Amino acid sequence: MITLDVNGKAQQVDADPATPLLYVLRDHLQLNGAKFGCGLGQCGACTVLVDGQPVFSCVTPIAALERRRITTVEGLGTLENPGAVQRAFIEEQAAQCGYCIPGMMMRAQALLERNPAPSKAEIRKHMNANLCRCGTHMRIVRAVERAAALMKGSR
Amino acid sequence: MNAPLTRREFLARGGALVVSFSLAPAAFGAAQEPQNPGKAPEAAPKLPGNLGKAPLLDSWIRIDANGAITVFTGKAELGQGIKTALIQVAAEELVVDPRSITLVTADTARTPDEGYTAGSQSMQHSGTAIMHASAQVRAILVALASQRLAVPSTQLTVHLGTIRANDGRSMTYGQLVTGETLHVNATPESPLRDPKTRGVMGKSMQRVDIPAKVTGAPIYVQDLRLPAMAHARVVRPPSYEAKLAAVDMAPVQKLPGVLKIVRNGSFLAVVAEREYQAVVAMRELAKRCKWEERASLPPPTELYSHIQKLPAEDYVNLGGAAEGALGPGTISATYRRPYQMHASIGPSCAVGHAQDGVVTIYSHTQGVYPLRAAIAEMLQAPVERVRVIHMEGSGCYGHNGADDAGADAALIATAFPGRPVRVQWMREDEHTWEPYGSVMVSTARARLDGPNVIDWQYEVWSAAHSTRPGPAGHLAPARHIETPFPPPQPKPLPLPAGGGNRNAIPPYTFRNARVVHHFVPAPPLRVSALRALGAYHNVFAAESFMDELALAAKADPIDFRLRHIEDPRARDVISACAERFGWSQYKRQRNRGRGFGYSRYKNLAAYCAVAVEVEVDRESGLVRPLRAVAAIDSGEAVNPDGIRNQTEGGIIQSISWTLYEAVAFDRTRVTSKDWSTYPILRFSNVPESVDVHIITRPGMPFLGTGEAAQGPTAAAIANAVADAIGARIRDLPLTRTRVKAAAGLV
Repeated sequence: MITLDVNGKAQQVDADPATPLLYVLRDHLQLNGAKFGCGLGQCGACTVLVDGQPVFSCVTPIAALERRRITTVEGLGTLENPGAVQRAFIEEQAAQCGYCIPGMMMRAQALLERNPAPSKAEIRKHMNANLCRCGTHMRIVRAVERAAALMKGSR
Repeated sequence: MNAPLTRREFLARGGALVVSFSLAPAAFGAAQEPQNPGKAPEAAPKLPGNLGKAPLLDSWIRIDANGAITVFTGKAELGQGIKTALIQVAAEELVVDPRSITLVTADTARTPDEGYTAGSQSMQHSGTAIMHASAQVRAILVALASQRLAVPSTQLTVHLGTIRANDGRSMTYGQLVTGETLHVNATPESPLRDPKTRGVMGKSMQRVDIPAKVTGAPIYVQDLRLPAMAHARVVRPPSYEAKLAAVDMAPVQKLPGVLKIVRNGSFLAVVAEREYQAVVAMRELAKRCKWEERASLPPPTELYSHIQKLPAEDYVNLGGAAEGALGPGTISATYRRPYQMHASIGPSCAVGHAQDGVVTIYSHTQGVYPLRAAIAEMLQAPVERVRVIHMEGSGCYGHNGADDAGADAALIATAFPGRPVRVQWMREDEHTWEPYGSVMVSTARARLDGPNVIDWQYEVWSAAHSTRPGPAGHLAPARHIETPFPPPQPKPLPLPAGGGNRNAIPPYTFRNARVVHHFVPAPPLRVSALRALGAYHNVFAAESFMDELALAAKADPIDFRLRHIEDPRARDVISACAERFGWSQYKRQRNRGRGFGYSRYKNLAAYCAVAVEVEVDRESGLVRPLRAVAAIDSGEAVNPDGIRNQTEGGIIQSISWTLYEAVAFDRTRVTSKDWSTYPILRFSNVPESVDVHIITRPGMPFLGTGEAAQGPTAAAIANAVADAIGARIRDLPLTRTRVKAAAGLV
């Protein structure tokens, strides 16, 4: 048994310690936000935060994660009460198929926690690790800018 | 007197019912086809859109006694936003709040059979059907209200699902409808609302699917968790022709969580309790397989000559004189496009459940009915024993691994009945097994007389652009089982839409023009529909060639195009794009260039023009797209922001294809197996701005959007690079090596 702190909740997980976090989130904890994209740490669809830092959950074994703070897109807000980044993505209509979007939002969240007013160039550089195939990039950048503004407004 | 009107009664009284709504404008439907009163009609008049495929109104729209409205479509949400646009169309003609509508999408047990969600035809086919069905349903309800309230329908108004008389009495749709009210056949004519009174259509509406997608709600087939569901992985053959000679299954059977190993010929899969246990077992099983492989592929460096040497079926698509272009002053060029992939971000996935003699498949297929037919044939079961339900997947952009994953799920579920099984493809499965966009080669020759093209000769070599199911042999796993289904002989898609020859016929008027299509039925790599099909290459080639001719004629590329095109809607998008780009005020800067591309998709759908500016780094050969401007006319715009989103995406995806993408292979295997061996565009190289200008045509037919921008973007990029470096690159993609070579730096 390994205890994981996921979205502020302690979760007992019965899985091989070598299991990548992504499978535990999706299969054991039934959280859909992190997506399987490549299993190789190349595309970012599985991005979650560990102690505020973006990580590829598809290549991060749970053995390394005890007593670390894990945040998934479910930890940002809910359908009824979406968080700032989620609201910004809805308002900018920053999705087509949407499959890469939770990973994008988590990477954006990490940036905004560190830098509350990033420039366009900083956003593009920071988001470079995540792939989008639908070509939603322009809207994603705008959504991150809007999220920064929303967060500023609520402080 | 509460009995609903029969269709006959309704029609008998119908003349007066529709006075408060204008009749359909000429563009919609077939109602305005010329009448021939002297002769009895030979066939029933055509119903608008896909209504003819399911003429009963309640196949499309149902209203409950509590007023709840359900709209049914056989089309699927692929991330293109079709759900939202279809809800808008229904809300407009039913005159209800869009939020009161529940939309049910592709399901072989519930929705009409609308074939594939493909070809940018969902608005044209399903949108038109739902628009007319909604208008007819509204008219039936108004007629009923007229009867019940004993008020002429001309004195009734409809607002948000309530029909009101001048005296203040009213009835809701829910109060009027009973079981059989809408169980009537559609008619060719519909009392469509006046386009000038639009309330919902034509206004941007937030997509109904996005809130769930940004909060992690279970919306994708990948998220489906049925009770007692198990997880499977397939050990796929390492190459197309590989045969499984032997496998040592015993050690894998003992691994934690392993429930079953399924082997059927060269089809091999493992089922486990937990998902990661299935992954581990799949890897262990793969180590214990002996495959017999064959070097069946041509040397990669000879791909294009190989394609042109393979047996081909030749078709003359435009029959101008053949010899015209031969002679002094002929300009000629050859353009090439490699295999390119859909490369969905999420690998394909399906859930299968075999229970009580029925196999249910949850799939992100583009065609639930054709996939059902293919799976039934593969399982040698009647189609009634197979149900296919669409759930969203990652964006597909055409025929990716979705159907094959559905077939995997069917094979595994029938071998492991009783419990649902989720099968998830790995990244390598998708990259190496999806059917690619076809390799293409074309030659163009032309002769100018001053500023005019007087002869245009275009030949294109291409493999098939659709090998979709229908036949079981189009499912990859069906080729691997003990009694395999061989792939059927592919056929070219017919004109006017075409496949490899899609948009091979130029949109311009030339004194003489000839177009020949060489259809190559047996290409070395597996191919099928990739967004825009042959139009991507043909527009790249023809619009690159137009720029080459404009240069020879010393003409401005846009003036040169306008000189050869008459269609006013084409001229409108070309001019609007040029204006928004600032074409005539363009200031030339070192290492920068501008380029333009235009096409009317399929020569019958959306009009789209794209202009781009690029910067070329002469040291590295890197092409940096700086900005893109597009103008698009998709007919009447239902959800303008949806059109903008799709067009932005089309432009960016095409930039990626055009600058980076080519499937790599050796003599035996595909070697593009992940994102490092098949790189695509990242944030670092997307343009600073993408500006999409929509020209809407209220009351005109829907023309679709999703595939309009790819061809024009490819041409605009190639033309901009040529403008920047003063040399032409005719081979896709425009890699750094090619740019450096063309610029004379290597």
